[in-house]
Amino acid sequence: MDTDARPALAVWKFASCDGCQLTLLDCEDELLPLAGPVRIAHFLEMSTAEDSAEPATLAGTGPYDLSLVEGSVTTAEDVLRIHRIRRISRRLVTIGACATAGGVQALRNFADVEEFRAAVYASPEYIATLDTSTPIAAHVPVDFELRGCPIDRGQLLEVITAFLAGRKPNVSAQSVCFQCKRRGTTCITVARGIPCLGPVTHAGCGALCPAYGRGCYGCFGPVPHPNLEAMVRQLRHDGMSERDILRVFRTFNAASPEYAPVPGLIAEETTHPAAEEGPR
Amino acid sequence: MIGRDGLTALVEVLRARGYTVVGPTVQDGAIVLRELESAAQLPYGWGVDLEAGQYRLRPRTDGAAFANAAGPQSWKTFLHPARVRQWTAERVDGELVIEADDTPPPRFAFLGVRSCDLRAVAVQDRVLTAGPHPDPTYRGRRSGAFLVAVECTEPGGTCFCASMGTGPAAGPGYDLVMTELVDDAGHRFWIRGGSPEGTDVLAELPGEPASEALRTAAVHAVASAAGRMGRTMPDTDLHRLMAETLDAPRWDDVASRCLTCGNCTMVCPTCFCTTTEDVTDLTGNHAERWRVWDVCFNLDFSYLPGGPVRASPRSRYRQWLTHKLGTWYDQFGSSGCVGCGRCVVWCPVAIDITEEAAALHDWTRRAEDGAS
Repeated sequence: MDTDARPALAVWKFASCDGCQLTLLDCEDELLPLAGPVRIAHFLEMSTAEDSAEPATLAGTGPYDLSLVEGSVTTAEDVLRIHRIRRISRRLVTIGACATAGGVQALRNFADVEEFRAAVYASPEYIATLDTSTPIAAHVPVDFELRGCPIDRGQLLEVITAFLAGRKPNVSAQSVCFQCKRRGTTCITVARGIPCLGPVTHAGCGALCPAYGRGCYGCFGPVPHPNLEAMVRQLRHDGMSERDILRVFRTFNAASPEYAPVPGLIAEETTHPAAEEGPR
Repeated sequence: MIGRDGLTALVEVLRARGYTVVGPTVQDGAIVLRELESAAQLPYGWGVDLEAGQYRLRPRTDGAAFANAAGPQSWKTFLHPARVRQWTAERVDGELVIEADDTPPPRFAFLGVRSCDLRAVAVQDRVLTAGPHPDPTYRGRRSGAFLVAVECTEPGGTCFCASMGTGPAAGPGYDLVMTELVDDAGHRFWIRGGSPEGTDVLAELPGEPASEALRTAAVHAVASAAGRMGRTMPDTDLHRLMAETLDAPRWDDVASRCLTCGNCTMVCPTCFCTTTEDVTDLTGNHAERWRVWDVCFNLDFSYLPGGPVRASPRSRYRQWLTHKLGTWYDQFGSSGCVGCGRCVVWCPVAIDITEEAAALHDWTRRAEDGAS
């Protein structure tokens, strides 16, 4: 395979649900065209072989021209592995909310991991985990971050295509509102009073939820510098309870630094939703 | 004068003449603009309640089709579309072959162009075609368009065309203009031609000459609408006001409320800014350039090496408002605001352009009082 001059692509998994990797496999019509200009060298979700020959290992062989990394860092082994992957990758792109913001598993960052471990596992002593779930960029330099839970198929292909052409991907940091307006969706907040995170949420999904009459719940994470004070005020105006406002920000991108001011904007007595509900 | 059957015939005549008829219709809780196959799709019996940040449909008992105000879209959606392919490039035997996109423009007939929107089309005509480099997409769509204006008799709570001098009576630029009347004498439209083609179309419609009484009633209905606008722009030289208030504390106040989501600009019938997106395929042998709407609230909009020029929400909101009401005069010889009120309605956090202008105006007056 040494004579193969095509760029080598590797796909990696950390703490995640595999949905973003599946998005690549879901590119049905484009998979064969992709396998032309690109050598899919390491992709355990698709093949147990490295470079279609040797059995693949979790660490890979390298070097790779483009590494797509799914998932967040939640164990000591993850920390070592992401450093190795960075060393053997020319370009490293994170895919999805886990890899770019820590994912829904970053809810542990706001709680006591020991407590979770004892409550969830029959033999907690078998579980070795870090106290936090952190994005890939907290550990190694990242060339590009693709948002979403899961990522958008079109944006993934755009990132790979842009990489092949040596250009910047057309992935804008504008709000979901732009995409609603471009596709001609009538604003569901203004016309129907539905609470929606669209104004402070990073575009990329194509404004899917509002097109079906449902408020955006922020699975693509925050726009740069969101005005959360104004957003929280508006969600309250549209009938969301303090608890639900906190919860809607505490989902797939819970640990996004941009969302850090949210608890301070919520009325004091409801900042601990778990406590409010009592023991289960 | 025509009746409802005349409106039905109007859509049929325009379609028979090869036009794609676009007009208002009810969809997803709003009166949107969409291709119409027949006049039956018009929003007969629907009114709207408009407030800052709020739009609600309201049934009307009179069956009127046009007794409602501007909806979420404007005609720029069709004349200056959100996405346009400008050219394609193919690599053939190692050589790049570039072809301009020469898709023939659609021929639109716009049914129900409000007075404010008629002025907005005139503003975009000036911006997009009057300079040294006319925009071919806009020109192609605009030059073939047939405009049926409708005068307003039922302004919304966010309308302020009267104070902008842009309505509710229709200004020039239409092919046909209608004024809708529903009273004891029935549901009628006083319709007049404004161009040779408009007059031709009018001759094909079933109708009768308008009586003096009907004309008087129609003129009165429009004049009365002028006094029922929900909003008013302060009666001052807005161009000068914008130039004199660049340091007003009000900009910080509005920035604390603004989400910088860009909704105001996208619903604005005169905002015209775009960016380009170059697209390539996986083989690298095919490329396309697309022009897409962009707005000054987007950080990427003013991005230069080193970062965005207008990084703060304050600077971005101020850019939008001072351009719309002030520097638009320097650039294009008119205001960029036509008083349609869309930016007021469709701002999710209810920021009101008339309220902001009034606050700036108050600030200058207080500053003058303080100085004297």
